[in-house]
Amino acid sequence: MSFDAVLIANRGEIAVRIIRACQALGIKAIQAHSEADADSLAARMADETVSIGPPPAAKSYLNIDSLIEAAKKTGADAVHPGYGFLAENGEFADAVVAAGLSFIGPSGDAIRLLGDKVAARRVAAEAGVPTVPGSEGGIDDMADARALVESIGFPVMIKAAAGGGGRGIRIASSLEEFETAFPMAATEATSSFGDGRLYVEKVIDPARHVEVQILGDGEHFVHCFERECSLQRRRQKVWEEAPAFDLPDKVRAAMCESAVALARQVSYRGAGTVEYLYDPATEAFYFIEVNTRIQVEHPVTEMITGIDLVQTMIRIAAGESLPFAQEQITYKGHAIECRLNAEDPAKNFMPWPGVIESVAIPEGSDVRFDSLLYDGYAVPPFYDSLLGKLIVYADDRAACLERLGEVLGTMRIDGIPTTIPLHQKLAADASVANGQFDTKFLESWLETAF
Amino acid sequence: MAKKQILSPLPGTFYRKPSPESPAFKENGDSVAAGDTVGLVEVMKNFQEVPAGVDGTNIRFIAEDGDAIMPGQPIAEVDE
Repeated sequence: MSFDAVLIANRGEIAVRIIRACQALGIKAIQAHSEADADSLAARMADETVSIGPPPAAKSYLNIDSLIEAAKKTGADAVHPGYGFLAENGEFADAVVAAGLSFIGPSGDAIRLLGDKVAARRVAAEAGVPTVPGSEGGIDDMADARALVESIGFPVMIKAAAGGGGRGIRIASSLEEFETAFPMAATEATSSFGDGRLYVEKVIDPARHVEVQILGDGEHFVHCFERECSLQRRRQKVWEEAPAFDLPDKVRAAMCESAVALARQVSYRGAGTVEYLYDPATEAFYFIEVNTRIQVEHPVTEMITGIDLVQTMIRIAAGESLPFAQEQITYKGHAIECRLNAEDPAKNFMPWPGVIESVAIPEGSDVRFDSLLYDGYAVPPFYDSLLGKLIVYADDRAACLERLGEVLGTMRIDGIPTTIPLHQKLAADASVANGQFDTKFLESWLETAF
Repeated sequence: MAKKQILSPLPGTFYRKPSPESPAFKENGDSVAAGDTVGLVEVMKNFQEVPAGVDGTNIRFIAEDGDAIMPGQPIAEVDE
């Protein structure tokens, strides 16, 4: 079986990426777009377009009924959710399948299971994946919570089981702080998420964010090595690399194998990412969460492995087996991705919609630019600020940083402020070059060095 | 009695409430002072408060919660 037509239920650079993958596979790409995106690059490139509603995402890209109707009306036989919006919404996956179509991603049940932090942690532990010391499941009793934190030590993080994206998190550095914060967090979780379950875990600090790309077809499971994503601002990744630097081979092997074990534990089907905190001092790594979708930063993995992850996830959804075995997946060289946002780094990253006058990107086999830009495009204010991703490849990390600096110095996006100056400075920074950073580095660096 | 419009300073999505569960900043018919917040505009996932900018009575909203708006588009009108 193969798909004839895929509806792309997303926008921006990832919609463009999915259209390219569909067209390379000979599949008709149908772009679902809001009224604000009728003139987007994705809509221009697609084989067919369909309007799904007014500009605000709640009325278009998050509108399940409208998307299902668009898929049926256009004769699509599958739906690709991209990332963000409804990509990790189990009800959307169920609705696609109920409409007789294929969802390009895991089942609704798998999305819900891995999206629930308590359940995902339990599954990870069952698969033998190291987890951060903390509560085994949701915890709601203060006496139990107190006994637990006294055994794992401070500081601890209190998280809402139903939270996500950094919401619903509190840190306590002492028992006194914990006894105040725990009941407040429970009340807040109930009112914010309708679910007062909490879990408590030790804060791993300093730590790096390292994640493993997985693929599964429900029966076979592989990893495509790891990505280093520690450079973050407000818990949003800004810069990603593959492979992770200074990662001992035995740690890399153990981390990647644990991600495959987790995929096997849930009979995973599709592309996914298992995220870890890595403590370089002890060489220990700890499971954080699973993302059941393609990631923004997937191109760095594609650059070093030569695997097209988006095409592969489409083929898996169409019923094909994984087209390669683990031993056929190797990596070579180093890749770095910079997220270029429509934000002014000189004005505290104020977002800046507006018209792109011109775009000039150096071309080459070592440079990839995944973007939504074209000359004269008016960037709409309704969605996130990501304009594109610059990905540079070289034989090793030092050469990659040097090449990245050259490319950032010659590329131009004229018309609105972008985060190019931030990346220029990071590419030239000694701490970045020496790999001396953790997840807290960028925010303090912005205060002192930028 | 003069009517005065309150215009959106920014492009984006207009919200009348600080969060989905909260009551509206102002209800139709309320009086407003110039410094009062009458709504939020979400620009690329950043939320900016919109002040009334004028003292007035009997505010009447023109833009609904969740509407797409452009700079200079009227959000509401009041009697001065």
